[in-house]
Amino acid sequence: MIELSGVHKTFGANQVLCGVDLTIAKGTSMVIIGGSGTGKSVLLKCILGLVTPDQGRITLDGQDVTTGDRDAFLARFGMLFQGGALFDSLRIWENVAFRLMRGALKRPKAEARELAIEKLRRVGLGPHVADQFPAELSGGMQKRVSLARAIAAEPEIIFFDEPTTGLDPIMSGVINDLIREIVTEMGATAMTITHDMSSVRAIADNVAMLHGGKVRWTGPVTEMDATTDPYVQQFIHGRAEGPIESLR
Amino acid sequence: MVKSEGALALSILSPVAALGRFMLGLLASLGRIALFAAEVVSHMLRPPFYPREFLHALMQIGWFSLPVVGMTALFTGGALALQIYAGGQRFSAEAVVPAIVAIGMARELGPVLGGLMVAARVASSIAAELGTMKVTEQIDALVTLSTNPLKYLAVPRVLAATLAVPVLVAVGDSIGIMGGWLVGVQRLDFNSAAYIKNTVDFLEMWDVTSGLLKGAAFGFLVALMGCYHGMNSGRGAQGVGKATKSAVVSASVLIFAANYLLTELFFS
Repeated sequence: MIELSGVHKTFGANQVLCGVDLTIAKGTSMVIIGGSGTGKSVLLKCILGLVTPDQGRITLDGQDVTTGDRDAFLARFGMLFQGGALFDSLRIWENVAFRLMRGALKRPKAEARELAIEKLRRVGLGPHVADQFPAELSGGMQKRVSLARAIAAEPEIIFFDEPTTGLDPIMSGVINDLIREIVTEMGATAMTITHDMSSVRAIADNVAMLHGGKVRWTGPVTEMDATTDPYVQQFIHGRAEGPIESLR
Repeated sequence: MVKSEGALALSILSPVAALGRFMLGLLASLGRIALFAAEVVSHMLRPPFYPREFLHALMQIGWFSLPVVGMTALFTGGALALQIYAGGQRFSAEAVVPAIVAIGMARELGPVLGGLMVAARVASSIAAELGTMKVTEQIDALVTLSTNPLKYLAVPRVLAATLAVPVLVAVGDSIGIMGGWLVGVQRLDFNSAAYIKNTVDFLEMWDVTSGLLKGAAFGFLVALMGCYHGMNSGRGAQGVGKATKSAVVSASVLIFAANYLLTELFFS
């Protein structure tokens, strides 16, 4: 279980997180929604320790994430980055098997390659892409490779940062379905950041809406449409008018 | 009246304040670079090591810099021979051309020009590559994959440059001396055997060794600046561009500063 309590983060004069409280139960899929610049990615990076919160506490299974063995902590996570974040200089299979070729999870090269090809197959990519470089693939294929890398070491917790950004609706649907299938099949805890409502409905067990640096609303996805919260209603229906200010 | 006096004092002091801010900023930057360098060196001594990344960096920095360093040395050696001959003629000392070309190349021009060419080629490429990796979240991805970016990205490059640049300097020295010999024999009518004998007789081991040590120091500085500015790059294309420019400028300035300090240390 991941628990955040009173998490604050400020960049210069910009207060991004102003006391976020959130609980993500083990084995569930939580989707964080909210407008651009509301601190969704910062929240996720705070959990991983990529950004240090100014205040507040983040725990994983009761243990503060800033204490303990960092490598062992990170080994429990997989992450799909917004732009894929594939390593340009490495072949696709080397990207997927990155964690399996070094550190505590190191395997022989041939075995790591086989596992990478198996994961690529799981995300719908054939073995022919294994020896290509990231720049040779389309955006959708890169997202799939990034997904394969995120699940390669079979992590307990998987983070997805804007998994469908920049993809066409069909490819978005494919990625959403893959995420749902993989999370269910692995029994992993998932946390997804998105402002794509089709992703929310496809991936989420629970939804939290971040606005003004705080969690504005949280609850099961089945209750999201029925909530009377005007912020959530404006966001999920994409209305220009409402309590969330929009720039024109 | 009091207010206008205060404003006057402020306007007088503002250049001093600006200078103070500049100095504080400069010292803070030097401190950050020193800490970064110390961290890189400490990681060089501790596992895990990444031999594949090291060999890749060695090829990129060493092997692919050979043409540019070789061409620079060849033309510099030739021009040096012409200059020394022209200057030496004023007091009938044309015969010193082989010795001065050899000593000049080995002690100063080989390492400094080699270092500068590597700075232009390598510091820029490292800063642009790592800056792009930062902007596209590849460095964050490394962290999530339990890999220390400093160890994986900076250490192999800095180590490779520290080892490769002395070799480049040695090759550059040889080509530069050969450039001087070519001009000496073809243009200035020196006897080929006499030119080579003069070169060998006057050149001492310490002339060469000191240049190679300078090369190692310059290689370290070049890669360090590339990695430091790349890993601390700002956002977007502008951020990467600025990091690249800063890497080349700071590496070049540090090469000149280190060259003076090392020359003081070795020869004064």
